[in-house]
Amino acid sequence: MSQTIEAPRTPVRPARNKGINWEKWGWIYMRVSGVILVVLIFGHLFMNLIVGDGVSAIDFAFVGGKWADPFWQWWDVAMLWLALIHGGNGMRTIVNDYARGKMTRSILKGAIFASVAILILLGTLVVFTFDPCPTGQPADLLPSFCAA
Amino acid sequence: MSVQTEKRTPPLSTTTSKRPAGTLYRGREGMWSWVLHRITGVAIFFFLLVHILDTALVRVSPEAYNAVIGTYQTPIMGLGEVALVGAIVFHAFNGVRIVLIDFWSKGTRYQKVMFYVVIALWVITMLGFVPRHLINVFSH
Ligand code: HEM
Ligand code: HEM
Repeated sequence: MSQTIEAPRTPVRPARNKGINWEKWGWIYMRVSGVILVVLIFGHLFMNLIVGDGVSAIDFAFVGGKWADPFWQWWDVAMLWLALIHGGNGMRTIVNDYARGKMTRSILKGAIFASVAILILLGTLVVFTFDPCPTGQPADLLPSFCAA
Repeated sequence: MSVQTEKRTPPLSTTTSKRPAGTLYRGREGMWSWVLHRITGVAIFFFLLVHILDTALVRVSPEAYNAVIGTYQTPIMGLGEVALVGAIVFHAFNGVRIVLIDFWSKGTRYQKVMFYVVIALWVITMLGFVPRHLINVFSH
């Protein structure tokens, strides 16, 4: 019985050649977001781990002080969106590489998509609905400007 | 014919090793940079999922946030942060290397050199970061 063996890189289904080339834009996005993320993440780590007492200085009051400034609000929101979409798209590539069954792939990619979408929503809401001086909380846990 | 000018494909015996010793890609800088890039990318992704949840505790109460962020300040987590920063710094520098390979006309020619530049920059960055971070973690 003879059996034909396909060439090693034969695609499962023929490549689409109409409409938007999403894989190409994903490829470009990984590179553009990556370069911006170097600045955003290094800046984040510098402010939170190097300056002053670093990680030991982080508490509710520290976050209150940072997010009192729209600059750091937008910094964090940009980092949130760019990093989650970059990471989610990278995870999708890895699932495409290793997960074989049709079901497994859909479940894994669905889980990645859901976590990215939910966390983008949550993180954005947290930054913009944050109250640095919640009422009824012990004053020593709050940023010093709450006393005024 | 006195001068031989034609280009010929070199015989297989001179380009292929008889011993299993990898190829141009396998087991070399190109492969290891990819392996590390992939592992660090996945690790950072899972950290980020947890990190956004812990940051979200600022909307619950100052006590809740402080309790959780307090665990970031323990010695064991301090060492974990060294690993995390090590992963990010590698992924970031190697990511720039990937971009240069793709867009810089000489990128592919220098991919191997750039891998060692990434390693060198990683060592320098970590030499700057680790002592300072460990002092912050262990002196409080
Ligand atoms: C151990 C290292 C880290 C520490 C101690 C830390 C600490 C913090 C703190 C205190 C905040 C609150 C707001 C602010 O200070 O800007 C925050 C927010 C944030 N961090 Fe980090 N961070 C670390 C690493 C990272 C890394 C590696 C990433 C990216 C991959 C990241 C992404 C974010 C994002 C996206 C937010 C905003 C969250 C939101 O929108 O709710 N952080 N981080
Ligand atoms: C610090 C700045 C960063 C740079 C410069 C960067 C750069 C890159 C580049 C160029 C790629 C290759 C894409 C491709 O081959 O098509 C990539 C892949 C990836 N990145 Fe990043 N990235 C950064 C941050 C992050 C962060 C914060 C995460 C996680 C949330 C992440 C997770 C991943 C993953 C999972 C992959 C897929 C790896 C693979 O396919 O082997 N990266 N990154």
